[in-house]
Amino acid sequence: MPLLAAEGLTRRFGALVANDSVDLTVMPGEIHALLGENGAGKSTLVKMLYGLLQPDAGIIRWKGDAVTLPTPKAARGLGIGMVFQHFSLFDALTVAENVALALDDARPLRAVSDELADISRAYGLPLEPRREVWRLSVGARQRIEIVRCLMQNPDLLILDEPTSVLTPQESEGLFATLRTLRAEGRAVLYISHKLEEVRGLCEAATILRQGRVVDRCDPRQQTAGSLARMMVGAHIAEVRRARAEARIGPVRLRVDHLSVPSEDPQGTALKDVTLEVGTGEILGIAGVAGNGQDELFAALSGEVRAPEAGNIVLEGTPIGWNGINARRRAAAAFVPEERLGHAAAPRLPLSENALMAGHAKGGFTRRGLIDRGRMLGWVDAVTHAFDVRKGPRDPEARALSGGNLQKFVVGREILGKPRLLVVAQPTWGVDAGAASLIRQALIDLAARGASVLVISQDLDELFEIADRMAVIFHGRLSPAYPAEDLTREAVGLLMGGEGFGPGREAA
Amino acid sequence: MRLTLDRRDGAGMAGLFLSPLLAVALTLASSIVVFWLLGQDPWRALNVYFLMPVSDFWGVQEVAVKATPLVLIAVGLALCFRSNNWNIGAEGQFLIGAICGGGIAVWTQGWGGPWVLPLMLVAGMAGGALYALIPAVLKTRLRVNEILVSLMLVYVAELLLDWLVRGPWRDPFGFNMPQTITFAPEATLPLLFDGGRMNLGTVITLVVVVVATVVMARTLKGFEIKLVGEAPRAARFAGFDDKKLTLTVFAVSGALAGLAGVMEAAGTVRQLLPGFSPGYGFTAIIVAFLGRLNPVGCLIAGVFIAITFIGGENAQIILRLPRDMTLVFQGMLLFYILACDTLILYRPRLVPRRAPA
Repeated sequence: MPLLAAEGLTRRFGALVANDSVDLTVMPGEIHALLGENGAGKSTLVKMLYGLLQPDAGIIRWKGDAVTLPTPKAARGLGIGMVFQHFSLFDALTVAENVALALDDARPLRAVSDELADISRAYGLPLEPRREVWRLSVGARQRIEIVRCLMQNPDLLILDEPTSVLTPQESEGLFATLRTLRAEGRAVLYISHKLEEVRGLCEAATILRQGRVVDRCDPRQQTAGSLARMMVGAHIAEVRRARAEARIGPVRLRVDHLSVPSEDPQGTALKDVTLEVGTGEILGIAGVAGNGQDELFAALSGEVRAPEAGNIVLEGTPIGWNGINARRRAAAAFVPEERLGHAAAPRLPLSENALMAGHAKGGFTRRGLIDRGRMLGWVDAVTHAFDVRKGPRDPEARALSGGNLQKFVVGREILGKPRLLVVAQPTWGVDAGAASLIRQALIDLAARGASVLVISQDLDELFEIADRMAVIFHGRLSPAYPAEDLTREAVGLLMGGEGFGPGREAA
Repeated sequence: MRLTLDRRDGAGMAGLFLSPLLAVALTLASSIVVFWLLGQDPWRALNVYFLMPVSDFWGVQEVAVKATPLVLIAVGLALCFRSNNWNIGAEGQFLIGAICGGGIAVWTQGWGGPWVLPLMLVAGMAGGALYALIPAVLKTRLRVNEILVSLMLVYVAELLLDWLVRGPWRDPFGFNMPQTITFAPEATLPLLFDGGRMNLGTVITLVVVVVATVVMARTLKGFEIKLVGEAPRAARFAGFDDKKLTLTVFAVSGALAGLAGVMEAAGTVRQLLPGFSPGYGFTAIIVAFLGRLNPVGCLIAGVFIAITFIGGENAQIILRLPRDMTLVFQGMLLFYILACDTLILYRPRLVPRRAPA
């Protein structure tokens, strides 16, 4: 009998279906991998299994009985423990105090301390109960979290990307502990996208893509390549539009050895990024989130200036030092990733959101005064051309659904007839109808001779629309390859950093 | 248990107008209780506070005299607050404006001409603007909190005025009173009507209200102010420089507060003395919020608050109530408007504490 069986779990966030009828079976004494790209729905699934989120549909069976998990406490009560990627520890308290605080039943600190010492010996998790947490390494802190779970004597332990913070030696130690747990008949649900690790450790795997289970396998029988292919999609893109080599003309945008430090301390600096986009061409930039996409967009849009004017050249003119409005006047247009708050001001009406991006090129003012009539006319034109569905003529931006606001934001830029469009995540979290309309609009724009640069984490999208593709990883950009020469597997490996080599990157 | 606030849907426009009216009503209701506790007949007290000040033309002029600095300062503050810049030091900028303009009046005593008054107004605006730029520059360069700096500079300005009127600028024939000479006629604002105190300052203020309304509603600068306050990242995407805007709105609000200060000195008081402002710069914060950070709203709210000032003076004489009653009114009003804003826009909800994960 399975220890845990999820049947048809579904969870929606607005228009986005994060988990679509997901089935998952975990046997006792099994280390089960949950594989998928960022955004595939892994976190949503385990949060439902740990009582942090409630499913919209589907049931969870625990040892054969259907259960509901209203809180993590309920999950712990059944015997489900979870170690998160981000720790929740008090730095100023000792190891034993941190463990005692998290227990659901109150026990004297001395008893906790003794039990902690026993567990840490038995499972090879060296810890000193009286050490303060701030003195400990990241690996030791993770051991506290694991011991804390084991104190509850769980039958199932969920680990969310545990090795992303560990050194290889610490990882080996963790694997030994997990194998001990397995030998005792406990199960582990192991989330990762490090494929070699999964092949060495797990005997079952469930692969998620876009919220659905796309495959199940025994990872020991697979290669890293075949696992990558399952993660990013086994089938090669649908029928592509006919290639028209003649369509792609001379280079319009050239980014030349661009390095920019990140404004955000958690961000990724751009390192020596070089790319070219020809007229009539769509260049796709793939990559796992947080590898410098935000910084690249900011540098291209002019929200952050480049160190040298010549780092960015548009139609032969160096524009690296120009601000966003000077670039707009040079017929560039931009669609940022974040709809509400960046591409649009949530509490302002659509007409003022049209003014926001359009004021640089004039047209909305007459003798220094804003012309509301023209703004409304523009809203009507975008609404008509891009099928924006809304109630009143000029609602606040936040009143629109994600897909309709995205159509408005993309339409606002495309109707300005740009010769260069830089767009980040054009269809993130929008419904399928809006997504295909937006992709078609990008293809049509390129067909009219504009250059389009698409930054996206959605490989299906890039294979559908891009002429050439490059991958961004740790702030560096791979060379761009013609899309028809690329396989998902090759892109998947680039996204994981293979082929970038150690390079000049500082450790 | 923990208290959280959930945003209500579709309360935008209604709340905008409902909230100040509700706040005024709640303030009146509470003041009835306060009057009753003080042993006054509440209806008589309300009559003294709110109706007597506007019952004759002289009273109306007095209300205008009080409302003028409030409205002028509040319009400037509204621009600041709209763009998420918190200038709390308008009182200091008001005093510096009065000092700069008044200094010229003292200096030119006996040899001035018709050029003195315009020079005073310009000097007052420049002084207020420069004084307001201190917190703005510290904020944009060093990320120093502008609320604290602008507030503390109020005390610096107060003490500077105190020192000037007791020291270098003291009236030599003033029987040692801490005050300057009374300004010469060419250093004072002309009165609008005989037998009242309403002066040209009121007209200037009305012009400022009209200009500010057009700027906010119809120009790109007004849009920039709104957008920076609403969505700073979107403002950057629109190509607006939020640091430059911070300097601009602080300078404009400082200039308007300084103008209010010099007009108070040259129009109403006609000399400088300590305690020269009854806290106009602070009261204007209430006016700005009560007026929904909108120039015309500030005009209406400023008149209302001015009535309570005059009403408070009447109450001191007729009802023998302390002047502090006026401050109690104003405090209640600000409290209620913030509470109404919050409760109209958000729904409070108690949530049980979640067990640690």
